[in-house]
Amino acid sequence: MSGADGGMTGGGAAQVGIVLVSHSGPVAESVAALAKGLAGGGATAPVAAAGGTPDGGLGTSAELIVQAARAVDGGAGVALLVDLGSAVLTVKALLAEGDELPDGARLVDAPFVEGAVAAVVTASAGADLTAVAAAAGEAYVYRKE
Amino acid sequence: MSASALDAAFFVRWMTASAASVNREADRLTELDSAIGDADHGSNMRRGFAAVAKALEAEPPATPGAVLMAAGRQLVSTVGGASGPLYGTLLRRTGKALGDAEQVSVDELRAGLRAGVDAVGQLGGAAPGDKTMLDALDPAVDALATSFGAAAAAADEGARATVPMQARKGRASYLGERSIGHQDPGATSSALLFATLAEVAG
Repeated sequence: MSGADGGMTGGGAAQVGIVLVSHSGPVAESVAALAKGLAGGGATAPVAAAGGTPDGGLGTSAELIVQAARAVDGGAGVALLVDLGSAVLTVKALLAEGDELPDGARLVDAPFVEGAVAAVVTASAGADLTAVAAAAGEAYVYRKE
Repeated sequence: MSASALDAAFFVRWMTASAASVNREADRLTELDSAIGDADHGSNMRRGFAAVAKALEAEPPATPGAVLMAAGRQLVSTVGGASGPLYGTLLRRTGKALGDAEQVSVDELRAGLRAGVDAVGQLGGAAPGDKTMLDALDPAVDALATSFGAAAAAADEGARATVPMQARKGRASYLGERSIGHQDPGATSSALLFATLAEVAG
């Protein structure tokens, strides 16, 4: 399952959409739920999970990524956060070569879980794509030890 | 056929024959991948190239460039592992470099493949010596200046040369020194594609 929820806020400007790409469907779904949960009642930005392969296995699916990006695209841009390996390369290849992803789609260089939380919070606050990407990327500089 | 004029049908034959080669060698690719990767290279490549063959058969593109771009698009869409975007980028960028020409020379193909291989290096952030597909692709493209056979031999030699290397990219790099002593699965499948190209070119 990789449907979007949220959407445009009532009457307001479109918010940046967030796509979470993981090798695992459950990981992508859970991180989406975590990010929305931690953003609290203000989590209004559209978030979609694109995890695993269409048959439920581990891997990366260009098809699910494109579906998710289109589902959350409200015209304000789409931030794609990825886990590793083929998830990174698939999004990069789609951005470099194809026309499948919506205009304004961008790969965000950020840690997956922490970046997702930051992205959902800032996008829900109405930040633009550059600010959402910057907030997600800032999670790299928060040291845990 | 004349080696100096490669048409769309030639490239369809290369891709279709590659699907057969990959299918034949899938178990070996997966076995190599189980040593240093996640044991899915053979099945991923088999799925991807089967989709390529099916798409090209259903709707054969009219130019060499269009054949390779359609094939690359299928690989990005269907493979499900890192080899999808990597081989997809190789074929799409090569196809793009060939433009709209109805026939291309071997030299034009070599220049196109050079652009494709460079794009693969850029996408993966890898260089020859990192124990990746580039170790087969890079010398193969250079050797294509001599002949298809020389390119196939250079790719095979390049793949074998990955055995003593330590992986610096991809999942195998997590293994550090334990990646030494295994032939890289991506370099092996790259050599297979060049061996198939030489067969098709006859």
